[in-house]
This record gives sequence, structure tokens and C-alpha cells, in this order.
Amino acid sequence: MFLIHCPYCNEEREQEEFSPAGEAFIARPVEPEGISDEAWADYVFYRTNHKGYHWEQWVHSNGCRKYFMVERSTITHEILKVAAFGADISE
Amino acid sequence: MQKKYSWYSLLKAGLSGQDWDQAIPLVEPKSKYDVIIVGGGGHGLATAYYLAKECGITNIAVLEKGYIGGGNTARNTTIIRSNYLRDEASSLYEHAMKLWEGISEDLNFNVMFSQRGVYNLGHTLQDMRDIERRVNANVLNGIDAQVVTAKEIKEQIPIINTSQNARYPIMGSSYQPRGGVARHDGVAWGFARAAAMLGVDIIQDCEVVGIEVEEGRVKGVKTTRGDIMADRIGCVSAGHSSVLAKMAGLRLPIESHPLQAFVSEAMKPVLHTVVMSNAVHGYISQSDKGDLVIGAGIDGYSSYAQRGASRVIEHSAAAILEMFPIFSRVRMNRQWGGIVDVCPDACPIISPTKVQGLYFNCGWGTGGFKATPGSGHVFAHTIAQDKQHPLAVPFHLDRFTTGALIDEHGAAGVAH
Amino acid sequence: MRVEQLTSNQIDRSKPLTFIFNNKKYKGFEGDTLASALIANDALLFARSFKYGRKRGLIAAGVEEPNALVSLEMGGRYTPNLKATEIPLYDGLSAKSATNPNSFDLRAFIKPLHRFMPAGFYYKTFIKQAVWAKVEDSLRALSGFSEAPTEEDVDVYDHVHHHAEILIIGGGVAGMSAALEVLKSSDNERVILVDERSRLGGEIFNEFSSDEQSLKWFEEAVADLCGFAKEQRDRFMMLTRATAFAWHDQNYVEVLETHATGESLSSDGSQVRKTLHKIRAKEVILATGAHERPMLFEANDLTNIMLSQSVRRYLNEFGVVSGKKVVVYGNNDSIYQTAKDLHSSRIACTVIDVRSAEPLNTHAEKLKQSGVKVLQGYAIVKAYGSDKVEGIDIALATHQGTSWEIIGDSESLSCDLLVTSGGFNPVVHLDCHTGAKATFDETSQAFLPEKERANRQTCGAVSGVGAWQDTIIDGKNKAQLTLQSLGVVSETNGADLSENHANYFNVSEFFTPKSIINRPKVFLDLQNDVTTLDVALSIREGYRSIEHIKRYTAMGFGTDQGKTGNINGIAVAATILGKTMAEVGTTTFRPAYTGVDFGALAGRENGGLFDPQRFTTIHDSHVAKGAEFEIVGQWYRPWYYPKAGEDMHQAVHRECLAARTSLGMMDASTLGKIDVQGPDAREFLSRVYTNAWMKLAPGSCRYGLMCNEKGMIIDDGVSTCIRENHFIMTTTTGGAASVYSTLEMWLQTEWSHLDVHLNSVTDHYSTVAVVGPNARNLMKLLCQDVDFDRENFKFMQWREGAVCGVKARIMRISFSGELAYEINVEANYGRYIWDQVATVGEKYSITPYGTESMHVLRAEKGYIIVGQDTDGSMTPADVNMNWIVANNKPFSFIGQRSLSIAALSAENRFQLIGLLTKDAALVLPEGAHIVDRGGKSIGYVTSSYFSPILGRSIAMAQMQGGLSKIGETTIVKIVQEKQGLKEIPCEVSSSVFYDINGERVNGND
Repeated sequence: MFLIHCPYCNEEREQEEFSPAGEAFIARPVEPEGISDEAWADYVFYRTNHKGYHWEQWVHSNGCRKYFMVERSTITHEILKVAAFGADISE
Repeated sequence: MQKKYSWYSLLKAGLSGQDWDQAIPLVEPKSKYDVIIVGGGGHGLATAYYLAKECGITNIAVLEKGYIGGGNTARNTTIIRSNYLRDEASSLYEHAMKLWEGISEDLNFNVMFSQRGVYNLGHTLQDMRDIERRVNANVLNGIDAQVVTAKEIKEQIPIINTSQNARYPIMGSSYQPRGGVARHDGVAWGFARAAAMLGVDIIQDCEVVGIEVEEGRVKGVKTTRGDIMADRIGCVSAGHSSVLAKMAGLRLPIESHPLQAFVSEAMKPVLHTVVMSNAVHGYISQSDKGDLVIGAGIDGYSSYAQRGASRVIEHSAAAILEMFPIFSRVRMNRQWGGIVDVCPDACPIISPTKVQGLYFNCGWGTGGFKATPGSGHVFAHTIAQDKQHPLAVPFHLDRFTTGALIDEHGAAGVAH
Repeated sequence: MRVEQLTSNQIDRSKPLTFIFNNKKYKGFEGDTLASALIANDALLFARSFKYGRKRGLIAAGVEEPNALVSLEMGGRYTPNLKATEIPLYDGLSAKSATNPNSFDLRAFIKPLHRFMPAGFYYKTFIKQAVWAKVEDSLRALSGFSEAPTEEDVDVYDHVHHHAEILIIGGGVAGMSAALEVLKSSDNERVILVDERSRLGGEIFNEFSSDEQSLKWFEEAVADLCGFAKEQRDRFMMLTRATAFAWHDQNYVEVLETHATGESLSSDGSQVRKTLHKIRAKEVILATGAHERPMLFEANDLTNIMLSQSVRRYLNEFGVVSGKKVVVYGNNDSIYQTAKDLHSSRIACTVIDVRSAEPLNTHAEKLKQSGVKVLQGYAIVKAYGSDKVEGIDIALATHQGTSWEIIGDSESLSCDLLVTSGGFNPVVHLDCHTGAKATFDETSQAFLPEKERANRQTCGAVSGVGAWQDTIIDGKNKAQLTLQSLGVVSETNGADLSENHANYFNVSEFFTPKSIINRPKVFLDLQNDVTTLDVALSIREGYRSIEHIKRYTAMGFGTDQGKTGNINGIAVAATILGKTMAEVGTTTFRPAYTGVDFGALAGRENGGLFDPQRFTTIHDSHVAKGAEFEIVGQWYRPWYYPKAGEDMHQAVHRECLAARTSLGMMDASTLGKIDVQGPDAREFLSRVYTNAWMKLAPGSCRYGLMCNEKGMIIDDGVSTCIRENHFIMTTTTGGAASVYSTLEMWLQTEWSHLDVHLNSVTDHYSTVAVVGPNARNLMKLLCQDVDFDRENFKFMQWREGAVCGVKARIMRISFSGELAYEINVEANYGRYIWDQVATVGEKYSITPYGTESMHVLRAEKGYIIVGQDTDGSMTPADVNMNWIVANNKPFSFIGQRSLSIAALSAENRFQLIGLLTKDAALVLPEGAHIVDRGGKSIGYVTSSYFSPILGRSIAMAQMQGGLSKIGETTIVKIVQEKQGLKEIPCEVSSSVFYDINGERVNGND
């Protein structure tokens, strides 16, 4: 029951307004037909499932409906950063 | 010292004041074992037990970072059933069911396996089609299963609400008479004690912090209590499987999620069976102690925190009241969360890996407890023979690459 | 009994009340709790214990009470397992012991067998499964407390959300002081103060009852707080009878408020019984106080052995006491306060202090001077009595090195009330809910909350502070720090606490000498009958972790969650294990701090509000027509429209024939509709559907199939090209929301460069399908500005026109194979158009049909229903729809790559086929399985109906390698027939049964 700052609404809102949408940075292969079954399976099924801070996707499903990225600890649920897609997340 | 549990030994102990053997002896880790099992939950302890009992390997260590049975085993709503849809899954769970039916005697430890039957409710026409399909599949596979009507459910469970005033009225259900519950802690302890009696070292407060791999072969583990060598390592650590896999340079098709549950204050017996509803996310039974034990749905985000959103608990309470309105003034005593390792096809992984000698048993999602003896049994054989037990074959890690998914999810969603 | 002369209490003697307990009538006063009123009436027996059936009475005055469980009222307000200490008395109250101490109880007979029933007894017995199965139910009957309710709750529960800058949990001295400070030192910050009791003040009336200064402070503080609550209502809220029971991430605290009248039977009708407040606070000040813990000795569970502070509370707040000859026993100065209060009420008492007379104890000296007998350096070894405590054995106690010892012989003292205090357990429960650990503090001999935590302060007894003056300062200081954290004040000006604030009561180390804990019947957990011997046994058997000890013995599993007993259990374990308290540690604290009614958790989410109910705008017409409804997703769809005397089969038969022979109509408004616009809309559709979309012209429609990346079908539907860059996609009714989310995900996360905009428009349109050979004739009557000529308005085209004067998009698409039009109008016109179509269509005997007939009609044509004929594991090829897979599109559509995995094109995959029973009248049950010669399942029936137009049964099924078996005979096994197994021979057929060449879609003319 944490709070998430929606980078589009620019407001901190209750988690229940949002829906989680899995790990971030799992890019769809550009040429799916050109890669091996293993590489395809890695994209579709395999996950890092990191314990600690990781980037993940959320969607403000009961709000602006925008997808964005969140750097959150899977241990404490603490959120370090949020970012719109395409935003610079290095720092 | 009293070793074997029996009426005779209880009488003797009562009269003489004689002590019992340590069920879980305190041992120091040795530097080398034939097999290391990482994870002292029900599955890990069962694996060690069957390795020692049936595979002739007794030089085994079970390494547990906290206390045994302290993870999902301790946080379980303990529903046991084998009426799964796919043949691969139902065969595995039925294997477990058969073991459950003799487990207390086998372990000489009453795990209070209680076959009070399990109802899986249907609330829509599609639910009922799915139930018919699953029950028919079960019966063809020799698994006890029935389709029961709402009227029959009401006769068996008079306190259930089968009226039309529920948002999703109950239309019928599947019923497995042999299904039921067990005493979760007892399962872990029973396996631990039986394994220890066969010579297995159960080492608590011993966290694995590294897995040594040389030239594609596993060599041992680094732990908070020193390095321990073994050329066969079985990882049975549920929500933490990905963490262990990473130590060996592997990734798994798994996400860890909070799964919550809660219990009420204890009341006189009022619910004699187990009632599950996937559609409204409420799973309920009453323990021998008298409390209602209720399972909630999975939280959607990944977490290792053993707690989830209170919204999920609220929704489950509402779901329970839809089915059992008389429980409105009954109070929740305690709520908690576990970490479940969820696989994309809702089926486990019982498999060797690219690293020789390293095996994983994980991905059980919400279905782990009921499989405990079966899971341990087939995993023990898989480790002992370096070859999957026939029942474990469909649960190879390769299936995500080869496309041979088992897809226990069944219908992806109601539609038309 | 009631002590007459007391003034400092909360009862109103001018308002007598009558109540019933265990079928007996009693009298009490307004302001009493059920517990205090029963003490006043000398009704002290409450319960039989869980395991041994021992008679028990009250030990406490608050929520920590383990014994006094009762059920309240009957019928729709029956409430199980309440603690008598938490029930305010009201006139006409009726309560019953959860386990009647006076009735016959089988468990009492088990008493002599205790030695054979150690902790873990059941793990060691009934090991044979068959035996366990036989005895389990009889054992169950012995367990549990109150009976379960039998009727539905007549009352309701609310949820309210709050946002505040500061939440103060606990309205004792610390919380009041902190609240006043934050209110006085800020102007705008929103402040909430909650307390579980019915009035503020906490222990102030008890701890310092003879201190006029403290009461004066209290009066003023209450007045000030009430002033704030009145004048600054928009920023200050004060809740009593409101328990904070759970603390989640980022200071999200759940508080359950009980409304005073909720439990009363005297009120009629449904009331809001409780409110669940969900408070999100920037800062939390925890002022939850502490619970007293008992001393350990043999038979410490006898009735009328109570906690010191609780006795004081009963005496000072309610003017009641349950004995005339009292022994007060403990290891800290709290006992002297109790003795003093008893003494001033002229109740005879003796003090036994386990601590030695050195160093000099001023409290003890004062008391001695007033004539009270004080024994220092003595311990109680054993209590005795039949039902109630009648006397005790005491012996000399010494503290040597790190452990206690008992020396010498014991002597006896008689008493009728034994009061004990073994120190205090700070209420750290909430603080630990989000994972913080309580740490053991040697000075105060207590587990204290973590010192530093972001956005949280602790003050008062929860952080080990004792004296009221210190507590006020502590509250102020922490309020200052809170305001500083909020940026309201830049500097804090904290005052110092007195020197011995950390161990105000001078609590000694836990009194757990081996000579005590090795005795029988030294109870730790009164509710679960856990003794020190159980803990010892647990450890000897190898259950050494405190979590294992808890689980093996069931210590702390009760409805009191071990609030009084657990810490003593830890001390006993530490003694046996030779570890420190810190090394043993606590078990995990989890919500709920005190019980929360399921009804309160659910709030208003029941029945129709459990999940949103969705109805089309035409719904009332369906109801008027007598439709039966089917729930699909959240929607209520007409299932069939029975006429008088018709069953479903007859109604469906009539409906289907009408659509096939003349005219039917259906409400198709629930299908999901997504508006897709933008220059890249076509490209987008090409990516998410398996087929090609680049060339679909405006004015045309196309059926599309959607897969996930696994290559499995997830949805289907017709999309319509409105304009070059504008499409309306339809989805299945149940899949609409997830398809919409998935499409948004692709657009936003992967394909943000595509210029496409999506909008969910499901609710924007109503759709009436006009189906049957006379559809064109009817449409001509309804709409004059569209050319319905079959060549000018072809199948899979759409036209815009005015239907009965309403602007409409008319799609010529068909899910029945018949000539059909779907009229889409702005949603609010839905019912009007439906009714018009029905009226005008009377000419053709137009017949409304529901989802069941729709299923029959589409099955006759072999059209799949996603989710029924597919199950998330079917590829397009599996349902014989390879014709819709365009593998040569420039962009690899979603799921395409997976379809090239070998296993997904294997010949023995489950494939969709038709089944024709040899006995044409026999309809296969859906879900029945196809079996091979060995009886093994090789498929199952997904859809099965009697086809009225064909006059026979038809079925669709998934069958392994089914497509290569068409024409063969196979067996479907019906295993669910009550008569037993039945084998039904069927012919494997194409899944298209009717109008195989697709001629009917153009109609008759």
C-alpha cells in the first residue's frame, strides 16, 4: 500500500490507482524471426526478478492510463524514482 | 529417550518423565556433502527425506537461512487437492495425494492430513464448463472428482449463500472428497524429523550467499556459516529461487509476488470442508483449532517483502461474505503474506539446469503446499539419478523454449 | 463488589442499567464495561480454558484480556468472541461466556491425563490416517470459543479515507500532549488523534490516581483538545473507540472505529456499526502505551489472579474490585501504586515484592508507614484454590549473578484476590507491521520500538517512558520533531526528561528461576493453555527458534495474540536456552492489533456492490420481455427470453428458428469497442492482429484474430474502417478491458513512435443486431437514406444513415451466418431503437434472442468463441484458422515468432473439430472428454447444442490431431451421468455444420 508519483499527473497517488506491468527494459526483439528459440523464450518468459531495487513498469490504470517506469525496492517497497518512457533515467 | 511416536511411548514418557529425542537435532555443518538442498521448507525437507529413504543417499545437508518451515510452509492455507486440469499436472498432484494419504504413518508424525473435501465453486456458465471439463479429465485419470449442483452444495454446506442476491451467484462446483488440509508446521517438522533420523543434517540459520560453479559443474555453496562442498545441489527456495539462480549465473521464468492470507478468531466448528472460488478470490476452511483460514489473491507487483496491499485482504473478506454472509461479525485475528514464485504457465519447474549438478524445484505459485510430498519425491529421484523422474519430465525448464507449456491456467478469460 | 466512596471514575451512578450474562440478570451503571459490571456483581467466572478445561476469570481491563471471551446478543447482531473488557455496558445487554465455566465440560476430565498430553501431543498420536480421520471431528468439537453466528448481519460498515500531516495513535498522556503541541505550534497541518478507549487519558486515572496535578493537567488538556476539535474542525479530528490495527507502507494506517450504538439491540434496522478509517499520514506519532505482564508461579491461572494496573483501573475508573483480602505481587513499583489505592479504599492488602529491600525503596517505606504489610525479597511459588485463588505459598528469592533463585521453605498466606505485575510490554505491534524490529532494552526490561524511523516518532510508555510529567515532555518533544520533519518549525526546543525516566517503575529482570519454570501449571498463554513446561519441552525436542516454540506450543496464537504472555514466554525460552532476551527475539508482529470484523474489511462491497454491475441501455426492455440473464464479465446479458410455460430448451429452439427462417434481434451492446485513430492506425492493427489491414477501405469491416506473444489466441472481433485513419475495433465482452490495456501497453512502451490514439468507447454505443432472411426488408422500413441493395451494401461493409431518425452506423456483419445488420447508435438511443425494431419487426414476427441462441447459431456455422472453444493454449492453426494468419507482413505481428516454434505446429496438438453423435437426438455435455481406445482423454467438448435448424445435436471439440481424423468415428465418454459411465460414438466432422458454402449471409433476395 505504497504511494506512487505519476510522472504524467505529477501527483503522488495511492497504489490501488495503478496496476503493475512487469519488469522494465524487456524490449521486444527488433527482428523476432531472426533470433533463436532460446532468445525468444528469454524475451517472452525469463525475468531477472531482482531482490532489491529494480526498474519496473506501472500503468496509472484508474487515472491517466499512462504507462511509466518506477525504480522500486522489492524488499522494502520504497520507490527511488519514477520516469516517463523515453525520459533520461541515468543521473 | 523416546524415539518412535506411539500411544505406548506417550504413556511411557508420561509415567517415567522420560524425554523425547530431538526432532530437529542441532548440528554443525560439515565441509562436504553428497547432496545439498538449499531451502528448509516443506519441499526441501521432503526432498532430503526421500533422497535418504529411497535413493540411498544420506550424506545430505538441508540449508535453511531462517528456521525450517518458516517460509511459505508457515504461511499456508494448506489446501490439498489433486483435481488439476492437465494430465501432466494432475498426475503430479495425484502422486502427492497418494503420498499424503500415508504420510503420517510413513513419517511417524501426525501431520493432521484431514480429508474433509474441497469444493471449487463456479459462478458463471463458463466456470461450469471448465468445471465439467476438469472433473471429466480427473475421472478419466482415476482421480475422485464430482460436479455438484448449487442445491447439493447447499445441502452439504448449509451456511453457504446459494441465493441470487450474491453478485456472482454460485451455480455449482467441482468436489474432490479426498482433498482437504494438513497442519502446515507439522508437515515441515515431520519431514525434518524423519530425514534427521535417516542421517540428514538440517542446518538452520545458514544462508547460502554464493554458488560455486567450475567449468559448468556445481562445486558447492558459500554460506553465512562457511563454505560447504557438494557436487549435487537442489534449490528449493520458492520465492527466492531467482536469487539463487543468479548466484549460478542463471535466470528463471519466474516472478516473486506477495500472496496474502488471514485467519479469524477461533469459533466452534461451523465449516467442515474446504471452499474455493477462483472467480471471486476467496479460499476458506476452518482449522481444527476453530479459526477460519482464508487465502486471498496474488498481489500483482513483484515483492520479497512478505506483505501485500490491504486492498487485497479487503476484497477477499468481501468475497468470503458473498459466500458466507453469516461471517460478517466474525473478526480477523491476524493477516500475513508469503512470497510465491509464479511461473508463466502456472506449473512448477522440477528440472536440471545448464549447470551440471544444479537442480531447481520452484515455480509452484499458489499450488506448492499441496504438492509437498510429491514434489520432494520426484525431485529426490531427479537429483539422485541426474535424470528427471517420469512425472517431472513435463516440468523441465526447457518447455519455455520448446513451447511445450502445460498451461494450467485453462481459459485465459471469460469471453463472448 | 462496588466500592462506594470513590470519586475518580467514569461511571454514572445516576444511570443504572440492567443486563444479562449467562442467563442471569445483573445491574450496572452507565460507563461500565461488561467486565467491570460483572466484577461489581461478584460474577467472576468467565471461561473454561482451551486445552485443560480449567476455570478462568478476568486478568485485565483492556484489549489484552485473554480469558473473558463472550458472545453478545442473538440473531442478526450476534457477535462471537468479544472480550468482556471491550464491551461498554448498555441497557438490555445480553452476553454469554464463549465457553461456559459452569456447564459440564468434557475437558475437565482430561485433567488427570495432562502428563500424557504434552505440547505437540497430536503430532505424536493418531498417526494412522484412518484413525485420525475418525477422531478428528470429535477433537474439533472441543475446540473453538464462541459458536459461529447463524444469521446475516443486520448492520453495515463504512470505509472512509483521510489524508493528514500528522496522525497520533493513542490518546493517553503522551498522545494528548503531542496532539496539543502540534496543534498549538502549527496553523494548517491536519491532525488526527485516535484512541481505542471510549475516553482519552489512558492510564492517567490509574497510574497517578492520587496526584491532583496530573488530573488537573488532564482536565485542561481535554478541554483544549475539545476546543481545537470544535474550532478547527477542518484540520483536527479526534476519534475514540477507534483502534489503529494495521500500519502499512508509507504511513498508511487503518483504524477501526466502533460506533457506540452498534452493538445495541434496542435500535431497529440497519446501522453503521463500525467505520474503517484509512489514514495516509505524512508523519505518525506512536503513543500506544504498554501492557502489563503477569508474574510466573504455579497455578498462576486461577480465577481472580489479575494484573496490577488493571485492578487499579477497575478500582479507580469503575469503582469495582474483586476481593477483600488482596495480595499484590510483582517485580516493580507499579505494585505499590496499586496497594496504595487499595489501601485508601480500605481494602486489606499485603505486598510481596520479589526485589530485595536493598536499596531502600521509598514507595515501600511509605506504604509500610501507612500500615500495609510489605514483604521484600519474597516470591510466590504457588497459588492454590479450587475455582478461585484462596491462598499462596511464598519463599525467599534472591538474584545472584544473572539468575534468580528461590531459597528456603515456603510459607502460606491466604487471599481472595492476587494482583501481579511483572513489568511492562510496550505496544510496539503497529510499529513492526512494516518490518521494523523491536529491540530489547535492558534498562526498561522491555522490547522497544526502533529508535530512528523516517516520518515516525514514539512517545510515552511505548518508548519506555513512565512518569506522567516525563510523558508530557516526551510527547511535546516528539511533536516538535514531527513539526520539524514537516518543515513547520525550523528548530526544536525540547526539554529534558527526568533522570530515571527509562525505568520509572524500576522493573527488575524477568523472574524466571528454574525452580519456578520447572513447576507444572505455570501458565504463559492463558487462552491456549501454554505452560513453561511446554516451552521447555519444545526446546528439548529441537524446536528452539522462538517461531518454532510459538508454533509448537501455540503460544500467542489466541485472540489476545499473546499481549500479556508472549514476552514472559520469550524470557522463559531465554532462560532455558541460556540466551539473552535480544538473542531470542520476538515473533513477528502482524496486523490486526485487535480483531477486525470481516464486515468492516468488506465495507459496502457486498451483493450488487461487490463488483460493478453493467447493464446495457436496453436492459429494461429485456426485463419487460421476461429475459433470463447470464453474467458475462461484469455485464448482465439476456440469456434467453422464455415465453409462458417455456423452458430454456424450448425458448432457444424458437429463437433460433426465428433467426434462421424470418427475423431475430439481439442486444450486442456489450461487445468491447475501441476507437483507433491516427495516421499509423492501420500499421497498428496489422501488428496486433494476425491478418492484414493495410488495404481495408473505408466503408468496410474485417474480422481479426489477436494472439499474445506466446502465439495463443486471446481475443477476436470485427474492426471497421470508418475513415482512412479511423477504425473501430470490437472485442469480446469479457476481454474488452484487458485487450484495451494490452493495446495501450504496446503503444506506450514499445511503439511510442506510432501516431495512434486509442479510446475505449464500449459504453458510447448501443448495438442492435437484426438477424435473419428478412433483415434487409426490415432495414428498408427502418432506414430510408441507405441503399440496402445487396450489391451496393455488401457483406462486411458499413453505411451511415438515420435509423428511425437516429444517426446510426449500420454494419453488415454476421455472427450467425444469416443476413444481418448491426445498428450502432449513440448509447442513449439504444432502448428507443430496440423498441422500434421490435415494433416494426412484428411484421416479420421478429424474435429477440439471447446469448444461448447466439451460441447455437454461431456453433452451427463453426464460429469460435474465444474463452470457450479456446482456452489460452490454442493457436490460430489449432482452431483451423490459418487462413487468417498473414505471415508475410513486414512487421512480425504479436505472437508470430512463437508460431514458428516446432511444438506449436506439431500434428498431435489439440485441434478444433466438430462432433456428430451417431444418435442425432443426443446432446453431448460440454466438458465431456473424447477418449482413445485405451480410455485416455484425447480431447474434450467445448461447445454442444441441439441445432433446431438441423434437427440434430452438434458439438465443437478440441481433439489431439483432430483435423486429420475428420470422418472417423470416435468415442466421447460421459463420466458424469448419474447412471454411470456412458460411451457415445460420434463422427469427427468439420466444425462447420450448416450453410457450409456460406450462401445465407446474402439473404433470400
